[in-house]
Amino acid sequence: MFNYLARRIFYAFVALLVVVTVTFLFMHIIPGGPFQREKALPEAVKANIEARYNLDEPLYRQYLDYLGHLAKGDLGPSYKYRGRTVNDIIDERFPVSMQLGGVAIAIALLIGVPAGILAALKQNKIPDYSVMFFSTIGIAMPSFVIGTILMYFLAYRWGLLPAAMWGTPRQVIMPAIALAGAPTAFIARLTRSSMLDVLGQDYMKTAVAKGLPQTRVLWLHGVKNAIIPVVTYMGPLLAQILTGSFIVENIFAVPGLGKHFVTSIYNRDYTVILGVTVFYCVFLILANLLVDLAYPLLDPRIKLGGRKELV
Amino acid sequence: MQLSTELFKPLEQKVVQTELVRPSTTYWQDAWRRLKQNPAAMVSLAVIILIVLLAIFGPMFSPYTYSEQDFSRRNQGPSAEHWFGTDGLGRDLFTRVLYGARISLSIGFVASLVTIFGMLYGGISGFAGGWLDNAMMRFVDIMYSIPFLLWVILMMVYLKEILPQNAGLISMYLALGLVYWLPMARIVRGQILSLKEQEFVLAAYTIGASKKRILMRHLIPNCMGPVIVTATLTIPQAIFTEAFLSFIGLGVSAPRASWGMLASDALVSLKSFPHLLFFPSAAICITLLAFNFLGDGLRDALDPKMRK
Repeated sequence: MFNYLARRIFYAFVALLVVVTVTFLFMHIIPGGPFQREKALPEAVKANIEARYNLDEPLYRQYLDYLGHLAKGDLGPSYKYRGRTVNDIIDERFPVSMQLGGVAIAIALLIGVPAGILAALKQNKIPDYSVMFFSTIGIAMPSFVIGTILMYFLAYRWGLLPAAMWGTPRQVIMPAIALAGAPTAFIARLTRSSMLDVLGQDYMKTAVAKGLPQTRVLWLHGVKNAIIPVVTYMGPLLAQILTGSFIVENIFAVPGLGKHFVTSIYNRDYTVILGVTVFYCVFLILANLLVDLAYPLLDPRIKLGGRKELV
Repeated sequence: MQLSTELFKPLEQKVVQTELVRPSTTYWQDAWRRLKQNPAAMVSLAVIILIVLLAIFGPMFSPYTYSEQDFSRRNQGPSAEHWFGTDGLGRDLFTRVLYGARISLSIGFVASLVTIFGMLYGGISGFAGGWLDNAMMRFVDIMYSIPFLLWVILMMVYLKEILPQNAGLISMYLALGLVYWLPMARIVRGQILSLKEQEFVLAAYTIGASKKRILMRHLIPNCMGPVIVTATLTIPQAIFTEAFLSFIGLGVSAPRASWGMLASDALVSLKSFPHLLFFPSAAICITLLAFNFLGDGLRDALDPKMRK
């Protein structure tokens, strides 16, 4: 167990280091550098700016510098917004994305799991067909299509909800649904197939045969086992919500980190791109680690270290 | 006693069939037979063929080009001249959607091509085993540890700077090529690991086949089922990624049209001209749906356990 944990943390660090290095290189070997695009600057001014951001040092020094600051949790200054650091931006923007993402994950789980269970219990009947129908459509619909359709009907045509911005609970509804669409569909399918699998197991027959009440068989023997694949999906789900926020926050003008990330791509704000990428990676790698460690708590048959993949 | 020669004629031989023999079918004939029984997959296949034909030949028959502007006919709804209407610059939306189909399909095609690399990578990794396998798979794990989309975005940010303006499509191919071989590598490796312990591989060794021959002629062809399913399901993912990137402005550059870009452009005037959003969105959804259904159908058809 301890061995496994140590190895997992080691690989997480290696993965992080690779991501930081690759991102750093991408952002620093871009020809011209971040300040070249603006009007031609006098040499002295340019030299001053470069000195301000350490750009006059050799690349390896800049890299080591960056790693040193990173170890202390300092992601450096923004190129575009003078006087603001990447940390400021994340502190300000990420809570918004967390709220939105949290609501979206809640929607995905609270609709996806029961829908999947229902479909499995009523296999090849109307509830099953309708769940499968909607989940197939949900998977094929990109978040921006769901988002814009919602916006057109709910906000413009029927005027039920505010079209954009952030702050009131009513403004969370549409972006959260758009973000939750594909994951809900996927979770419903995942739950359905794993529930069908569990329903066919011998221990279910045993539980019924020894006279346990039906609800107990269904929930404690059925659902509890069927839910395990959904837990393993939490890592990819988080990644999906995170990348989905790039688009959804832009459509609905939500002032979250995803929107800012896209804006910094337009602005060529390389330190922000680099810093936010690193932040996202730490977040995802940690979340995956936690999911993997929580996994055997749900299913005692699983021993840690059995799985070789690092995902 | 008169014996007629009639009596000594041999009886007509009756061929008695003792066992029922059904015509032997190969793996592929069998799979095709099963696929044909799946209506969703067959409809999807027809839709995909239609989209491919429209993408290749459609623009040739259209009286408009994707970039031709006509300011007297801006933001028109669907009509006989402009089937899908026109956009804010008076460009024919139908032609632009067809042109977008070219881009999306070519992206899907490139993504399914790079899975060949993944197939070889996974094959070598699984077949070699030991430290090489370990090293090769750790690399894949590290790539997997952050979302593909983030890799593609980083790559696009970089490539957009070093390549000339109109090279958006090339950067997209390169960026997608960076990641879309990874799932295939994992799947093929898993297959090879179980296949290489089987008797037919041992038989091939005993008659002196080289390692390269065993890998290329015995192991990889036996993984073809999962390989084809994975390649098919990679296509909608790549098309989705392209639409995603174009939507946030990292895709092909104007005046070229891709579905994601058309949908993104339509957002500005969504309130007044929803048709601008409807057609490209419908095109994306139908294409993704068709490829997903076909992939699912192929998965069922190519799995020998499904044989009835």
